[in-house]
Amino acid sequence: MNLSKKTVLSLRSVALLYLLVLLVLPIGVILYRSFERGFGEFWAWITTPAAISALQLSLLIVAIVVPLNVIFGVLVALALARGKFRGKAALQAAVDLPFAVSPVVVGVALIMLWGVGGWFGGIESLGFRIIFGLPGMVLATTFVTLPFVVREVEPVLHEIGQDQEQAAATLGASAWQTFWRITLPAIRWGLTYGVVLTIARALGEYGAVLMVSSNFPGISQTLTLLVSSRNHDDYNTFGAYAAATLLMLLALVALVVMSLLEATRRRNRDDD
Amino acid sequence: MTINVVGANKRYGDFAALDDVSLEIPDGSLTALLGPSGSGKSTLLRSIAGLDRLDSGLVEINGVDVTYATPQQRDIGFVFQHYAAFKHMTVRENVAFGLKIRKRPAAEVKAKVDDLLEVVGLTGFQTRYPAQLSGGQRQRMALARALAVDPQVLLLDEPFGALDAKVRDELRSWLRRLHDEVHVTTVIVTHDQQEALDIADRIAVLNKGRIEQVGTPADVYDRPETEFVMSFLGSVAKLNGVLVRPHDIRVGRTPELARQGEQTSEEAGVLRAEVERVVYLGFEVRVELKNAATGERFHAQITRGDATALQLAEGDVVYVRATHVPEIAAAK
Repeated sequence: MNLSKKTVLSLRSVALLYLLVLLVLPIGVILYRSFERGFGEFWAWITTPAAISALQLSLLIVAIVVPLNVIFGVLVALALARGKFRGKAALQAAVDLPFAVSPVVVGVALIMLWGVGGWFGGIESLGFRIIFGLPGMVLATTFVTLPFVVREVEPVLHEIGQDQEQAAATLGASAWQTFWRITLPAIRWGLTYGVVLTIARALGEYGAVLMVSSNFPGISQTLTLLVSSRNHDDYNTFGAYAAATLLMLLALVALVVMSLLEATRRRNRDDD
Repeated sequence: MTINVVGANKRYGDFAALDDVSLEIPDGSLTALLGPSGSGKSTLLRSIAGLDRLDSGLVEINGVDVTYATPQQRDIGFVFQHYAAFKHMTVRENVAFGLKIRKRPAAEVKAKVDDLLEVVGLTGFQTRYPAQLSGGQRQRMALARALAVDPQVLLLDEPFGALDAKVRDELRSWLRRLHDEVHVTTVIVTHDQQEALDIADRIAVLNKGRIEQVGTPADVYDRPETEFVMSFLGSVAKLNGVLVRPHDIRVGRTPELARQGEQTSEEAGVLRAEVERVVYLGFEVRVELKNAATGERFHAQITRGDATALQLAEGDVVYVRATHVPEIAAAK
């Protein structure tokens, strides 16, 4: 398609303006505010006991949620790509449910299920605290990040087909050996991509976690909850900016890792 | 090792991929399963391999009932049309795969792999990845990989179907030579009758999930038992409702010349035909003709020398006669 120079320039300006207003300005403001009193002050606010605890809690949740969703995600992707069973369409739709349901609704549902008086509420009287404890936050985050691994791995499984797995079987490999030696290496890029998306989403989750956390600074606050409570409850806007920047940096690390992996994959693909 | 299939049935919904198929494949033979797409030839091969499960029927390899055995238990080598190369492994790792699964000592694996790579002409490619090989090289690697485990039988599913004509021809004759050296019972699926005639010592022709005929290449080509086999194995011409091979049609300027050198017989009479087109295809010449009595169109294949001697031109009237009429056609 050939466009006039004028059209091209105006289209570009619109796109740039859009990005500027929606993305660059808000992030720029946060960065500016975080460092306007100098790096020392920023460092002080992200190393308070509450901030360190929030960082640790966020990372702990990620560390629990990622393995859960990797195992579940690969199993479901295998079932969807290779399996023949009734209700496959229903499972296909169910996987996307967390995308469709608002995180706040997820939080409410968890409280109704696990909270005092909920269906499984009895477990609280046995001394296991689900709601307003770490398990609740893990459950909420797992639910919200459920689709990522499945949605990244399933198309790769379709793409590679079953030939390699069948070849391995004819060469004597058991189903388990075939999975570890053939299937897993073949889906590794899709899986990595799914993991990175899961990490980014788990770090950033707010609504669902807010509903099921007791939200005590230094005990049950994740980084997102810390940002929000410093801003709304403590009127400590500078502290909120600093925590937000820390959160952003973590997400940025995930993004950079993802881009590097993507670049490596492209380079490998070029050989095909 | 003989392979014996008895009463094999396999349906996909309403479609019968295999309809009561029985076939015996003798020890050390190179058998081609030949048929059009949807004839059930791949399903039959995959059932022998254990990759597809029969609805009913029996598969025996070397006298052992393997109908319910997994592919792992059947001791087979399988080569896929699209190579099924393990993309994340080097050539050496690909070929070594089956041996490593069998936990053979490293030294033995290395010696065997190097040996096989020499046989398939891939020495020096050990550390390459499949993506860095041509299609023909990938398929030879896949063959080495299948042979590495010393399979009882070697099964090939349209192994040369994805390759260009030239590479296909090379690999075909190479596979034939390899078979003559290794003597492993081999079954190859193909839809290309040329390929089947070229390399197989036995051909099973399949159509619509049934076996039409089993025999040597000469059997199925010269003595087809059904019209399907007759027309699938080569081109045919219809002379007054009788199927014959176009190269078995003698063309002459006069009825006597068409008959010359042959014993005359009543049922294979001389026909009058009009030349519609003469096509020079290198050594052979295709003469497109029209039956003067019925208007039926057919073609004859004659040598270039004969064509030059006859000086055929469009519109000429000639006399033709079939010199060999297969029994199936004659019986009709």
